[in-house]
Amino acid sequence: MAAKTLTIDGKHVSVDESATILDAAVDAGIYIPTLCHLDGVYDVGACRLCLVEVAGSSKLLPACTTKVSEGMEIQTDTERLRQYRRITLEQLFAERNHVCSVCVANGHCELQTLAYRQGMDHVRYDYRFPQWEVDSTHSLFGLDHNRCILCTRCVRVCWHIEGAGTLNVSGRGAQARIITDLNQPWGTSDTCTKCGKCVMACPTGALFYKGATVGEMERDRTKLEFIVTAREKKQWIAD
Amino acid sequence: MQADQTLETKPQSGQPARLRLATIWFGGCSGCHMSFLDLDEFLVELAGKAELVYSPVIDVKEYPQNVDVCLAEGAICNEDNRELLYQVRQRTRLLVAFGDCAVTANVSALRNQLGPGNAESVLQKAYIETATANPALPGEPGIVPPLLPRVMPVHEVVAVDYFLPGCPPPADRIKSFLVQLLEGQEPVLTGKDIKFG
Repeated sequence: MAAKTLTIDGKHVSVDESATILDAAVDAGIYIPTLCHLDGVYDVGACRLCLVEVAGSSKLLPACTTKVSEGMEIQTDTERLRQYRRITLEQLFAERNHVCSVCVANGHCELQTLAYRQGMDHVRYDYRFPQWEVDSTHSLFGLDHNRCILCTRCVRVCWHIEGAGTLNVSGRGAQARIITDLNQPWGTSDTCTKCGKCVMACPTGALFYKGATVGEMERDRTKLEFIVTAREKKQWIAD
Repeated sequence: MQADQTLETKPQSGQPARLRLATIWFGGCSGCHMSFLDLDEFLVELAGKAELVYSPVIDVKEYPQNVDVCLAEGAICNEDNRELLYQVRQRTRLLVAFGDCAVTANVSALRNQLGPGNAESVLQKAYIETATANPALPGEPGIVPPLLPRVMPVHEVVAVDYFLPGCPPPADRIKSFLVQLLEGQEPVLTGKDIKFG
């Protein structure tokens, strides 16, 4: 395997040429905030939280989908990046109805955690307060569009880990939303295997186990990790 | 006695004037004020350093002039909230959005999701459709304030100096904020101390 050497925040790093900037940073113990990234599932660069500065590029590049190259000089935590991350988070909060105090994922939410880690003490944009529904037709799980940030983690695990292909994205822009099968109630889906990987993958309270109330929804990702390990290392072992 | 000295309300000679502190309750459940009362023995210390000049827990009818700091709980839901907030902003040096309803509009703003006409439809639901006796919309000009068409966080109406999120903000978070303020520092809350919910 060929290796590339680069610097991240001034630290010299050597990684395999197939690695992304995010892989290299994780390897070097450097924290880059992520939201749509989920270990073991291919990346789409949707959330823009992992944007980094690369010397020689005027554009900010997503760490999760940008491959490393020789001699790259990367900055992960500049004032400019912190400002953009804060803007991204505030827009995510303003777009739908993220009412943390009455959310099943309160205290176990990646969006909420990122917000306070990035110093977001309020949202400067006017909240949109759109009207979204909750699909509670499935026997085991619920889908609350109010909490969805369209990271598409659920869609990716459904198609590429479970292979069911139940979940998808419909519509564009602010009207984009997660749908099941041919845009029908989840409970009537023919393809859903009820595996629950979408619920495990969701970073917010958008997908939840029925019966969970405020703050009770904790995700168990061990099953996902088990399958990812099996795929990548051909080892059927659990930690 | 030590306790009597700290509870003394008049400025003592040679000591700096006490902070003129107000707390106010807009559209919220009063949970933030309950959390404020959870400061327990720190309230005694606070009373020595700050004078409470306006609050739902004391009997003062009009919001006074020259307030140093005001903790504002709740979202801005009706015309009374909004008028009072303008007055508070004019008469207060540092305005603090106190708790999630003040910071994000929170649960108080759930009616916004119903779209245009939400004020009328929630009143209809509460006072007509689900009424068990005397179904009628509450209305008394000059006494019952009309609801605003949209519930707003405080900073959408006036400039806010500091944000103290939480539903409610835990007492130690409030204490951390107040201690920094009383010590003359720029209050800074970080990490879990700015967690919503």
